[in-house]
Amino acid sequence: MRDVCVYGGLATVWALSYAARGIMETVQRFRQFVIGQLNQLGSMLLLLLDIFKTTFSKRPRWRETVDQMYKIGWQSQAVVVVTGAFTGMVFAVQTYLQFHKVKMDTAVGPVVSVAMTRELGPVLTALMVAGRVGAAIAAELGTMKVTEQLDSMRSMGTAPVDYLAVPRFIALMVGLPLLTAEAMFFGIFSGYFVGVHMCGIDQAYFLNHMYQFTSAKDVASGLIKSVFFGMFIALISTYKGFNAAEGAEGVGRATTEAVVVSSLTVLIANFFLTVVFSKIIPV
Amino acid sequence: MIQIQDLHKSFDGAEVLRGVDFEIHDGETLVIIGRSGGGKSVLLKHLCGLLRPDAGRVIVDGVDIDPLSESELTPIRKKFGVLFQGGALFDSMTVFENVAFPLREERKLEEPEITRRVEQALTVVDLLKAKDKKPAELSGGMRKRAALARACVANPKYILYDEPTTGLDPVLADHINDLVLQTRDQLHVTSLAVTHDMTSAYKIADRIAMLHDGRIHAVGTPKEIQATTDPIVRQFIMGTAEIQTEVQRGTETVS
Repeated sequence: MRDVCVYGGLATVWALSYAARGIMETVQRFRQFVIGQLNQLGSMLLLLLDIFKTTFSKRPRWRETVDQMYKIGWQSQAVVVVTGAFTGMVFAVQTYLQFHKVKMDTAVGPVVSVAMTRELGPVLTALMVAGRVGAAIAAELGTMKVTEQLDSMRSMGTAPVDYLAVPRFIALMVGLPLLTAEAMFFGIFSGYFVGVHMCGIDQAYFLNHMYQFTSAKDVASGLIKSVFFGMFIALISTYKGFNAAEGAEGVGRATTEAVVVSSLTVLIANFFLTVVFSKIIPV
Repeated sequence: MIQIQDLHKSFDGAEVLRGVDFEIHDGETLVIIGRSGGGKSVLLKHLCGLLRPDAGRVIVDGVDIDPLSESELTPIRKKFGVLFQGGALFDSMTVFENVAFPLREERKLEEPEITRRVEQALTVVDLLKAKDKKPAELSGGMRKRAALARACVANPKYILYDEPTTGLDPVLADHINDLVLQTRDQLHVTSLAVTHDMTSAYKIADRIAMLHDGRIHAVGTPKEIQATTDPIVRQFIMGTAEIQTEVQRGTETVS
């Protein structure tokens, strides 16, 4: 009986020390994770400062900037138009089905337009652009990094931030609000089409209520948000590309991280921007 | 003149350079030889400030470049032309645009003059017909030649060659060697090449230095290196797997 107690005690001590070691290792790993994330955040802020400094201190690179606007803005239109249009359509159908129960059919117009201008337009456009453009930026810059093209550029006295990051940054900050405006328009227009021509809502009431409850503030709020989203996507994708690890695996990881981190940043930042804008630009 | 003094560099705790000292005199071609992964390319990247040393100094024309910021390094870097191992041509540009890049970035020359100089450089490397092609459409040898044209087009004072003949067949490698010599004679440049191709080293070098164990192990003219009895140098230039001493060769080996 005494032996059993001794062995039981030893087993308990061993189990406790094992558990304690496990906890210590987990804490250590968490600590390293937090330090790594903070380091990355710091590096990203330094890159942002470098981009701002270069934008205002160096001669503008119009050719590269227009080229990026074409690739980032013009070539993203199809994706954005389809996203905006079908979101507006499905939103109109869903709201109609609910509002029809309480005889508020004509509220579909303002609900669709306010949702498209304040939230759905900027967020969905940013998410689509993060997937399409953010991935392309990270993959292109990552490949340039691992094939020594960035080193080659630096060796010729040209800063990659100046030649590569700034044009993409400007193109996204200008291009994303324009794409967002396009998504808003097609979302509202397709919502109108579905509401009036498919659900049978009276056209005059639909439009009248939409104008009555949608203001320029709603549009401005969405467009200003999209400027911030463009900045976040450009910064994160550029950072991930510039810091891609060696080899195809490194570029692949950088591309995935650029899309995931950009998308999450857009969603999280949207909440905080909404709270801030509700104070600055009240509904 | 470029002076390297007591250069140290580590990556993730692994010490690659452990106190490298040497000088490159004006007008000479110095070839650094050494085993793969021995830090030759790392050393080369320190010369134009692409990498920063952990300790030691890199002095280019009397200027210690380590304390300089990226923007302060720009005038120093413009003295260099660098031929990277894989060419490092910009994928999104044609051969012509790649070679024109350093001239356009200087923003001093008019476009007709840039065109003239780029075409001249492409003629030297026999790539004028491929000027509108993208790097992906070129063979390995053509990429190296295009990269050589880009490294030389702005008439740099120093040219750095990172493995200029690696991955090329012997005929093409010899053609690249000839181009390196031609560049030296025409532009009177000072050159540093890192390679493990001894045929190339003997042909283009005024002096050869061997990087071994993170330090410069031996320096000499090609003839001196060929005649050396140093076992480490002999092992490298003979390409044998085991170190052999002059006395022991044929009887026993020292590993």
